[in-house]
Amino acid sequence: MGRGGSHAAPAAASPPWHALPDEVWEHAFSFLPADSDRGAAAAACRSWLRAERRSRRRLVIANCYAASPQDAVDRFPSVRAVEVKGKPHFADFGLVPPGWGAAAAPWVAAAADGWPLLEELSFKRMYVTDDCLEMIAASFRNFQVLRLVSCEGFSTSGLAAIAAGCRNVRELDLQENEIEDCSIHWLSLFPESFTSLVTLNFSCLEGDVDITVLERLVTRCRNLKTLKLNNAIPLDKLASLLRKAPQIVELGTGRFSADYHLDLFSKLAAAFAGCKSLRRLSGAWDAVPEYLPAFYCVCEGLTSLNLSYATVRGPELVKFISRCKNLQLLWVMDLIEDHGLAAVASSCNKLQELRVFPSAPFDAAEQVSLTERGLVDVSASCPMLESVLYFCRRMTNEALITIAKNRPNFTCFRLCIIEPHTPDYITHQPLDAGFSAIVESCKGLRRLSVSGLLTDRVFRSIGAHADRLEMLSIAFAGNSDLGLHYILSGCKSLKKLEIRDCPFGDKPLLANAAKLETMRSLWMSSCSLTLGACRQLARKMPRLSVEVMNDPRRACPLDSLTDESHVETLYVYRTIAGPRSDTPACVQIV
Amino acid sequence: MEMIDAELRLGPPGSDVNVVVQPARTAAKRSSSAVKSEASGTGGGNDDDAAPASKVQVVGWPPVRAYRKNACHAAAEAASARTTTKKQGEQGGGGLYVKVSMDGAPYLRKVDLRTYGGYRELRDALDALFGCFSSSLPGFAIAYEDKDGDLMLAGDVPWDMFICSCKKLRIMRGSEAR
Repeated sequence: MGRGGSHAAPAAASPPWHALPDEVWEHAFSFLPADSDRGAAAAACRSWLRAERRSRRRLVIANCYAASPQDAVDRFPSVRAVEVKGKPHFADFGLVPPGWGAAAAPWVAAAADGWPLLEELSFKRMYVTDDCLEMIAASFRNFQVLRLVSCEGFSTSGLAAIAAGCRNVRELDLQENEIEDCSIHWLSLFPESFTSLVTLNFSCLEGDVDITVLERLVTRCRNLKTLKLNNAIPLDKLASLLRKAPQIVELGTGRFSADYHLDLFSKLAAAFAGCKSLRRLSGAWDAVPEYLPAFYCVCEGLTSLNLSYATVRGPELVKFISRCKNLQLLWVMDLIEDHGLAAVASSCNKLQELRVFPSAPFDAAEQVSLTERGLVDVSASCPMLESVLYFCRRMTNEALITIAKNRPNFTCFRLCIIEPHTPDYITHQPLDAGFSAIVESCKGLRRLSVSGLLTDRVFRSIGAHADRLEMLSIAFAGNSDLGLHYILSGCKSLKKLEIRDCPFGDKPLLANAAKLETMRSLWMSSCSLTLGACRQLARKMPRLSVEVMNDPRRACPLDSLTDESHVETLYVYRTIAGPRSDTPACVQIV
Repeated sequence: MEMIDAELRLGPPGSDVNVVVQPARTAAKRSSSAVKSEASGTGGGNDDDAAPASKVQVVGWPPVRAYRKNACHAAAEAASARTTTKKQGEQGGGGLYVKVSMDGAPYLRKVDLRTYGGYRELRDALDALFGCFSSSLPGFAIAYEDKDGDLMLAGDVPWDMFICSCKKLRIMRGSEAR
């Protein structure tokens, strides 16, 4: 290494590796896959800091308020791909009021100024406007990838700007966004000479799409690998699209219903037969069971199947899934029922991720026969299963203990028993023992959501055993401050904690204030917090932003409230940017 | 009646606790699940039946994304409408969603005309959404905006002709309709 030659090195004060030029370190750091490793390297010494930050190409800002856009641009001047996440996770369920914040505009503006060579931009749970999209189209001459997940604030006009302005765009991936339909035929704004599309996902768009324009686009983009359609594409048009893009690897079918006609069925089956590379399938909204066999020829090759929007049930559904012997990912509705999951358990042995969503989450009565039985079967027979999201209406400790014993390799376990405070339905005991078994057995568990009737005991287990746990979601659980104390004083790797409707109060929060700076964020709503504790916390921990929100309908006049007043929602996160200036009236920073 | 309570409590978007149930949307665009969840949020409405369930809904629970609620709701409506109505020989799938406004309601809804067999089912469905025909409120009439932009009273032309020409539905108070 170093300067070559085999001359005798004098007894030097500094080790020889200090003489290595930055480029060598930059190259070395390029082998570090995790940003946290790169961050650790950057903290070692000044020359590593310099080499690492100048060569960082991919940046993830997991909380858009943890640092300012200018901080990011200044520290990492050569970034080519950025992902920014905004609102807290519970925003997905309506717990965050409109206008809360997470605007993408400051990030786009800073990027336009500081990262002109930016190629990829990804926003999650942020407020993205048409102006943002227009600025993106105008500012980055080599822009290639736009990914918007659970965002809102923009319309098809913004998409038109992207289509017209980004001549090198490869991926346009719109996942579960709220997009205003301005009836602009944005698809037709991709120039005729434009052929670089690899991913096109407009499944969340509600409006109509010009099918002819879409067909022409699909035909000329020979590298198209991912195509996810919206509800406006009828079944017969799907068949003709597939014939034009047989190289497709990932397909979202959009609406999959029509009256059964043999010739349409044959057209579809033939079209699918031509798609030899198809590996991932989603959509099938409103699927009509009689058309499912059209998929049969691709079943063998499928590794990922997302039927979580398909309200199809019955033997056709089970037959179809059972043919997909190589499935690694399966998302379904609970309409599959226990017997369907038993079939999955015996057919899909390579399954790694299972999600079962509720078809009627707000119905009081049980309409489908999906119980703990289904999850027990799948976890017993699928040795590679490591990630589960399961909505059901009943559970037992015994089932959870069995699951824990069978699958110590879980990395993500999210169980949602729909009715709060539901105990073990056989013994009527809390589900402490079951969830304790999960955290004791699954040593690699990174994400956990608990539900059902739970006492402080389960939190003692979680705090003590869940060493790798990074994200924990708690609702309607625990019986005293101790529960929260166990979590905050344990859980060595905890990054995100979200709690709602639990009897947790001020004491554990203040006793574990320092812990909060080691975490990304804490959300507590409908607990037993007082404003005084929040004030104390803010005073004690200046690098935390302590946001309080009481009534989303009203301004939050903190100054006039006493220390004893109840805090409805607390959102705390670490930040180097100081208090944000874009809070709506109902949110106050303490 | 839960529906009426919910309506009385609804204010302009952004200023009402019921709005919290759904993430931010523009005022002009409210899909069916928004109002459904709001009704559920106040009184436990179950919009698959006429009589709401007695369970009280909690905001944001169970933790189902708003996006998923909308999609499932639309699909479930279509599925249940399909099983109870006779198909009109419509081919090719693709919904025929039109906006429905009701005088006095702050949010519009959307319905898929292809899922109804005739005017009777449409009226029942609108009743399920707005509670306009079965309550003791003064009479409502269904009007629609056709391709030419004219406001017409629904029911004069055959159903198939109606769904081809209907662009928007409007539930009008009896006094205005006269």
